[in-house]
Amino acid sequence: MSKVLMLGNEAIAWGAIAAGVNVVSAYPGTPSTEVFTTLAEHASEYGYYAEWCVNEKVALELAYGAAISGARSLVSMKQVGLNVAADPLLSGTYLGVKGGLVLVVADDPGPHSSQTEQDTRHFAAFAKVPVLDPSDPQEAMAMTMQAFDISEKYHLPVIIRPTTRVCHAGQDVDMPLVSPVSIQAHFEKDDWVIFPPVSYRKHGELLKTLDELGQCFCDSEFNYIVGENPDRDYNEGIICSGVSYQYVAEAIKRLDLDLPLMKIGTPYPFPDNIVLDFVKNKQHILVVEEQDAVVEDHLLRLLGINGLAVCVSGKLDHCVSGVGELNVNAVEEAICRWQGREPVTSVTASKPELPVRTPILSAGCPHRASFYAIRKAAGKKSDIVFTGDIGCYTLGMMPPLSAVDTCLCMGAAITQAQGIGRAEPGRKSIAVLGDSTFYHSGLPGVVNAVYNQYPLTLVVLDNSTTAMTGFQPHPGTGITAMGEAVEALNIESVLEGFGVRWYKTVDPGDLDLAVQTVREALAYDGVSVVIMKSPCVNLPSVNKERKPIRIIAEQCKECGLCVTEIGCPALVGEKGKLPLVMDTCVGCGLCKAVCPFDAIEGGNA
Amino acid sequence: MDIIMCGVGGQGTVLASRAIGDAAIRDGWQVRTSEIIGMAQREGSVVSQVRIHRQPVGPLIPDGSASVLLGFELAEAVRHIEKADPDASIIINTQTIVPPSVYLGVSQYNIETLRSYVQEYCRAPVFIDALEIARQAGSIKAVSAVMLGAFAAANQEIKTDLIMEELLNKLPVKLHDLNKQAFRLGKEYVEG
Repeated sequence: MSKVLMLGNEAIAWGAIAAGVNVVSAYPGTPSTEVFTTLAEHASEYGYYAEWCVNEKVALELAYGAAISGARSLVSMKQVGLNVAADPLLSGTYLGVKGGLVLVVADDPGPHSSQTEQDTRHFAAFAKVPVLDPSDPQEAMAMTMQAFDISEKYHLPVIIRPTTRVCHAGQDVDMPLVSPVSIQAHFEKDDWVIFPPVSYRKHGELLKTLDELGQCFCDSEFNYIVGENPDRDYNEGIICSGVSYQYVAEAIKRLDLDLPLMKIGTPYPFPDNIVLDFVKNKQHILVVEEQDAVVEDHLLRLLGINGLAVCVSGKLDHCVSGVGELNVNAVEEAICRWQGREPVTSVTASKPELPVRTPILSAGCPHRASFYAIRKAAGKKSDIVFTGDIGCYTLGMMPPLSAVDTCLCMGAAITQAQGIGRAEPGRKSIAVLGDSTFYHSGLPGVVNAVYNQYPLTLVVLDNSTTAMTGFQPHPGTGITAMGEAVEALNIESVLEGFGVRWYKTVDPGDLDLAVQTVREALAYDGVSVVIMKSPCVNLPSVNKERKPIRIIAEQCKECGLCVTEIGCPALVGEKGKLPLVMDTCVGCGLCKAVCPFDAIEGGNA
Repeated sequence: MDIIMCGVGGQGTVLASRAIGDAAIRDGWQVRTSEIIGMAQREGSVVSQVRIHRQPVGPLIPDGSASVLLGFELAEAVRHIEKADPDASIIINTQTIVPPSVYLGVSQYNIETLRSYVQEYCRAPVFIDALEIARQAGSIKAVSAVMLGAFAAANQEIKTDLIMEELLNKLPVKLHDLNKQAFRLGKEYVEG
């Protein structure tokens, strides 16, 4: 077997291929995206089907349909995607599956690129779905392969829950044996209708199965103890779950401690008996896990049921932080706090002030022009609310654009604006969302606005891709995940069908026209939609021939407006100095439209 | 050996960390890397960690443990400098990428203060104008090849040829000569 440097997400994908997966679906979202992109890349070669779906609910329902027909199916998403897919998951676990169904749900403690730090292990327990919690890419691969077997043996969907430091961690992983598959599924008309009396019966069966599976997990290779000398009695021990295992193992070594460490890879259903065995003769247990106190909660219940007097430290007594990611240093501090020892703190000299470097819209990003046009149309003194959404364009909240006042979840730009209008009659909103988000969950909001007579202006930023997560296709792009060219949907036809009577498409690069169009839309009494259509500058298919702009020194009055009005990273300088054009300038020309002295020339426009 | 690489999204830290990781595997090491992929790649602050050991380790480098710091940008090098051992090989590209927050007056970028902080923190930092060297090699996009060349000169664990080969494996053939040249110039600069 050859060693290959693989990200955890790639390892999960290869695990699925090795398990002979037949149908794969997903909606992109950091940190999960590369699970599906790796699978899509190899779909034709290994004979399975891969599809980017419009949202996570659709993706899970598709995978579930395939699984009840007997196919091995995998669906991947980020943690908040599971909120969208909650409905089919909770019913699906009652009805069960025939072919293995594996959900890869990536959690993002930190969070680095998410709205919440929600814990999918908790979600799994709530949904009564088994969950496996990998500690590194190699284990994530092994868990994926085994998850299909567990799913088929117990007729349940199974969740793999990697976190960012497993998804985007690389490891020298053993490449598994893989060979092409063919789909041999057949849908049998059986027990697939969820219905109250059926639910009652299925719920009872489910509880029984979960008890059985909890027993079975006691023998799982993913749960083990390290550092326990059988000739010694220990008063103390540590239990951990997921990637925290790596940090704890390293911290114990660095602190030179003789402490047994139990690693739990199957947090639900909980492997009660092996944990009881580990804790029963100890007085103090520290639980180290990221996000919620899932293992800790379960351990406390277990101690109560069994009448055992063991002190448990972790998140509930604030020994381990309840927010953000863990790391070796944080774990060392937690262990010292728990043992009542002097904490190991690294002494660092106070650092000089560092420049604030938040992510920003790229140089030449069409969203910058769109936001500038929206602000200009709204007017400087307007109190219009800009309801925003999830995507690169959430970055429109940053100054100087400051054109995003709200962001809640996918699709909420349109519907939040409706609530604001009802609560404060007469207060105008402009809802802004991207093309992929429009198809993901913007559609019901538009229907609601039309039917319930909202005077709402919606701006769809159509950059012909799902940009933030790395250019995945969507129904407006005319290409599928497997590279097949298909007829693209167009937003205008969708709006027409929904009964929207005022909509216009404009290129935000034509700033004057874009401003005028938004003004017209604002004046319309009803649902009005402006589609700002211009492809993402980072799309590989976009012409990369750059014609940067030039500053005409003789005409420049050094007012600094071109820098402070639009915040383009390719244009730097300050008032009283000639602005500098950076190498990243693509020549979009937005700065030309902003300059009051015609002191900028060149560019593509 | 723990290596921390920090820079600005788009500078090629992910490419460089993969090249080092792949080269180390071919040289028989166990490798762990950690990247930040996603929103930060939009010109935000990015950091890649590569850990090359004989025993398994976790994905994140503890403070003060990195024996090499490759700073692709001055301020970003300072942002993560506490990951490095003061005796580490600290190689910092003198290129500065000033974020809009500075022009909008909400933060500062003081080159002299940052440089003297680096000199205070560690014994022997190497400052390298990787952007200019990349330009000499033929393209300002070859900064990460220059930095990899500098890394090759500063480390004893991984063979130089393997690092260069793994870099080239990740690039289209038409960019090979340019990147070879950039790699060589980066290496020569550090070797003096």
